[in-house]
Amino acid sequence: MRKTTTTTLAAALLAGGAFAATGGSAQADILFWSTQAAPVEETQAMRGQVLSGFEEAVDYQATDDRGPWLTRIEAELQAGSGTIGLLGALHGEFVSLSDDLVDLSDIELGDVTVNATFQQLGMLGTGEQKYLPWMQATYIMAANRQALDYLPEGADINALTYDELIEWARVLAEETGGPKFGFPAGPQGLKHRFFQGYLYPSYTDSAVTEFRSPEAEEAWNKFKELWQYTSPSSTSYGFMQEPLLTEEVWVAWDHTARLADAFNQRPDDFVAFPAPAGPTGRGFMPVIAGVAIPRTAPDTEAAKALAAYMLKPETQVATLRATNFFPVVEVDLPDDMPASVRLSGQAIARMANADDANPSLLPVGLGEYNGKFNQVFVDAFERIVLAGQDVRQVLDEQGETLRSVMQDSGAPCWAPDEPSEGACPVE
Amino acid sequence: MQQRTLPYLLLLPATLFLCVFFIYPFLLVAWQAVSQDGALTLDHFRTMAGHWKFPTAFWNTMLLALAVVPVQLALALFMATLVTRMGKGRDVILYIWTIPLGISDLAAGIIWLAIFEQTGFLNSMLSGLGVVEQPVAWLGYQNKGTIFLAVVLAEIWRATAIVLVILVAGMGLIPKEYYEAAEVFGASPWKRFTRITLPLLRPSIQTALILRTILAFEVFAVVIALAGTNFPVLMGETYHWQFNLQDRHVAAAYALVILAISIAFTLVFLRTLRVPREAQP
Repeated sequence: MRKTTTTTLAAALLAGGAFAATGGSAQADILFWSTQAAPVEETQAMRGQVLSGFEEAVDYQATDDRGPWLTRIEAELQAGSGTIGLLGALHGEFVSLSDDLVDLSDIELGDVTVNATFQQLGMLGTGEQKYLPWMQATYIMAANRQALDYLPEGADINALTYDELIEWARVLAEETGGPKFGFPAGPQGLKHRFFQGYLYPSYTDSAVTEFRSPEAEEAWNKFKELWQYTSPSSTSYGFMQEPLLTEEVWVAWDHTARLADAFNQRPDDFVAFPAPAGPTGRGFMPVIAGVAIPRTAPDTEAAKALAAYMLKPETQVATLRATNFFPVVEVDLPDDMPASVRLSGQAIARMANADDANPSLLPVGLGEYNGKFNQVFVDAFERIVLAGQDVRQVLDEQGETLRSVMQDSGAPCWAPDEPSEGACPVE
Repeated sequence: MQQRTLPYLLLLPATLFLCVFFIYPFLLVAWQAVSQDGALTLDHFRTMAGHWKFPTAFWNTMLLALAVVPVQLALALFMATLVTRMGKGRDVILYIWTIPLGISDLAAGIIWLAIFEQTGFLNSMLSGLGVVEQPVAWLGYQNKGTIFLAVVLAEIWRATAIVLVILVAGMGLIPKEYYEAAEVFGASPWKRFTRITLPLLRPSIQTALILRTILAFEVFAVVIALAGTNFPVLMGETYHWQFNLQDRHVAAAYALVILAISIAFTLVFLRTLRVPREAQP
């Protein structure tokens, strides 16, 4: 017995030594330092199914925690030399690193067509391609097929306007015995993203600066109109897939991940389609992740090759399977994808490529003030829509709160608001 | 000497414990409520009182306590009288009645949510009986009345038992001779209850009321489960400011408001239900 133990020990030691040796040679691998695909299964899938196809060995390291991610890259930048080859992160996470990212505009992408809107965002307001879009998720609309019979005359479900949506919801409410439009206004619902990324950009082309403009007043009045034909249970909805499946609700807006169950369980009963458009375009809020190369990368050429590899259609499909984030390049999705991917993917592509697409970003640079920023929109909703308070007065008061949140956090404007010097102003 | 210091020595650990884990954190919270970057300020109280939800949360909490506590007291008195009269099976009944005490308040909220939800038991029953055609959104944001009622019901169901237990113990202490004497003089059961039970139960009622009222001001999980953000209460707002809005100063201000109300009501009960020293057993 004792002998076996010793042998096992020795073997383990040897194996350890072997690991150490590989670890040493792994220095030559390209280090992909990412905030995305951090859950273990996703990280494994990234390594085994996505990056294994690249000609060189890639060391994919993901952390869910933004702190350590930023600390390491900042330390390398300060030291002037580093080991990170490629960075993977959300748009907002690149903003503070902008000056230290290599221009990627000369990367040879072959015949890959990258979404132009996202590519523009990747310039971070400079003349250089600071990061390349890598993958995306977003919020879309979903409807039960029964609801399609009630669509207003001449309305194209893939190019709806807010007026048409309101009309549709009205007809549904009046002819099916009760409101059939649903909205995730429960405590766990993502309602604030709707106001920040959909309603405001569609009516004011802004989320912060024009918060209390006359156009914003119009937007809220429109939403109040829609609310009349919205299921009153909406204030308890968190994930819209549930009321869609129980058919309490026939038409809904939510995050793709929060609609996925409905699409997967009954793919033939549901359709996915783009968010509606208002006077200033089809506001929508893509969650965009990108890849970038820090100026301290050990081998810039190899990193650029890896970045180009990440954008290949096959890689994008593999990434979608691994992470549930959607492609940012033109790609035909294979038939064997889960139903939610097929349905949402199509709707996302239609929304992002629409002529009137008006993408806005997740709030950037708010830090600990994120909660208070969201609360401004939630409070406005609860006061205007639920409590029926005067729109003008509520917007003025909430506008003051928003102004102090922006000033305390010092966050400059983000798209669709015009870039600002210093804290984003509230007009 | 030894005799005299011993009680203090024995009390020392508990006192230290309270100082370290109650008084000290309390002072920290109080300081957070009135300071910003080390300087004294009332800004946080101003932010709190100026927020549009504060008056609603304040009055909701008050109304809830006013609706729940008296009902619970009456109900517990009735139940306690029944229990003390019982011979056989007394313990069984008492155990059954105190089951809700063993359930966490969040679980209690979820149980009642299953009843009042749009797809809950109440709606299934009503539509099964043909009373309603469409399920009613009892807990919808426009039905503030039914939300209030649901919370009141859940709270009564959940927390009457604690009052009951205290009162049953108190009734056990009342000497039987008083009742026997009253019966001899022909006092009716109601008279016996109002003239003997109630006065002699005063210390127990005082304890039960103080405990229940303080807990009523801290109502949280039941409300969250049943009403979400449709029915703001002080404790819910405290949580919201602390964790969602990440402003611990305003959260601390809320905590102090709850503390102030609790202390005020405790003083009222101590005063109005006071038992004169000479009348104490």
